[in-house]
Amino acid sequence: MPELLAGRRAASRGLFLIATGLAGLAGIYVLALRFTPVERFQGLPQKIFYVHVPAAWSALLAFSLVGIASALYLWLRDPRLDLFAESTASAGLVFSVVMLTTGPLWGKPVWNTWWTWDARLTFTLILFFLFLGYRALRSALVDPLERARFSAVVGILGLILVPFVHLTVYLFRTLHPQPIVLKPSAPSLPWEMLRTLLASVGVFTVLLVGFVMTRYGLGRMGVGEWGHGAGEGRDHGS
Amino acid sequence: MGEFFRVALAVAGKDIRVERRSRTGLVAALSFAVLTLVIFNFARDAASLSRDAMAPSVLWITFAFSGVVALNRSFALERENAALDALLMAPVSRAALFLGKYLANLAFVFAVEAVALPLFVVFFGVDIGGAIGGVILVTVLATAGFVAVGTIFAAMTVRTRLAELMLPLLLLPFMLPPVTWAVQATARLLSGRPAGEIAGWIRLLGLYDLVFLTACLLVFPSLMDE
Repeated sequence: MPELLAGRRAASRGLFLIATGLAGLAGIYVLALRFTPVERFQGLPQKIFYVHVPAAWSALLAFSLVGIASALYLWLRDPRLDLFAESTASAGLVFSVVMLTTGPLWGKPVWNTWWTWDARLTFTLILFFLFLGYRALRSALVDPLERARFSAVVGILGLILVPFVHLTVYLFRTLHPQPIVLKPSAPSLPWEMLRTLLASVGVFTVLLVGFVMTRYGLGRMGVGEWGHGAGEGRDHGS
Repeated sequence: MGEFFRVALAVAGKDIRVERRSRTGLVAALSFAVLTLVIFNFARDAASLSRDAMAPSVLWITFAFSGVVALNRSFALERENAALDALLMAPVSRAALFLGKYLANLAFVFAVEAVALPLFVVFFGVDIGGAIGGVILVTVLATAGFVAVGTIFAAMTVRTRLAELMLPLLLLPFMLPPVTWAVQATARLLSGRPAGEIAGWIRLLGLYDLVFLTACLLVFPSLMDE
């Protein structure tokens, strides 16, 4: 059963990465609270920045990967690509929930509102609904090949939609801070803060990879959607 | 190329003929659109919100929701007696099949909108006068975009359980950009702003149509192969 072995190997590596990521996350908390200066105007609530931004990064990264894997699936028809897209979408859904919960928690003390229909907030909400729709469609389909094809189409169209949503929301005024790290001029963040942010982005990326690998491995082992009755999809293309 | 459009028109003609003879879908979608307008009228607090301020949003929410209702029936038709399988067995281009279904859906949604728009004008006392051409242009462009994505999604969701719920869940995020732009453009048109102000929204709507219609034509064949 090479499939089972490969799955088990991927899952155990994924679990190791998750453990590493969680340890790293504890490190980020210490780094952010103890060794990073308190922001002058926002005070302590600004600390949530070191979780919120990396979670948004992971969600966006996951979303792009789902789109790319979907396009590759329709081209190559390798069921592993479908499995990868599904794993990434599930992990992305988790990160977009983190992003959508930490955002209001930060917004309330700083903007004095939980939610505002601001550009980036709306954008991330749509991202969340796209992930949700992708998951819902998958769970409503029974035939594995049909499920793979259909969800790949949603993944591709979702990726095409992103620039349009981006365009829509940028045409409206915004409360959200402008980019301070990824911008044409040098980052306008003090080094201690940038260091913590970058470390946290690293940790969240490790967590994303860990979640995806674990889920991918479990899928290869025949857990969940790829369990009983999914056999006819497995031998196709591989 | 002539063959391609001939197939597309044949498929569209078949759908329109079925609809014209039974009329059930059209009547239901129309009643839905009218009821939405009626509910909006009663959901508005007349003392605090003027009809003019709310009119463009009401129009577009009505169009968007009745669009979803109309699209839901598009492939439900093909599910009966496994008609879709027969359609797929025909030795014709799948993209042409998509175009045919798309054109039929477009005709169907346009028909609903053509009835809802005058009713909207009457119910909400909108002075549409000189803006009528612009409003029609915006409606055509916005509808052309979301019906393309909706046709693809309707083809998929009809194969799921809870198809009627699944379609709006997938489609509404995709409706956000065109509906937002259409509301902006309609509000400016109804308040008599110069045409130059809406040129940007028109261009965006055209871009959306172009991109998604192309994308849908390209992915539909791989959606349907067995």
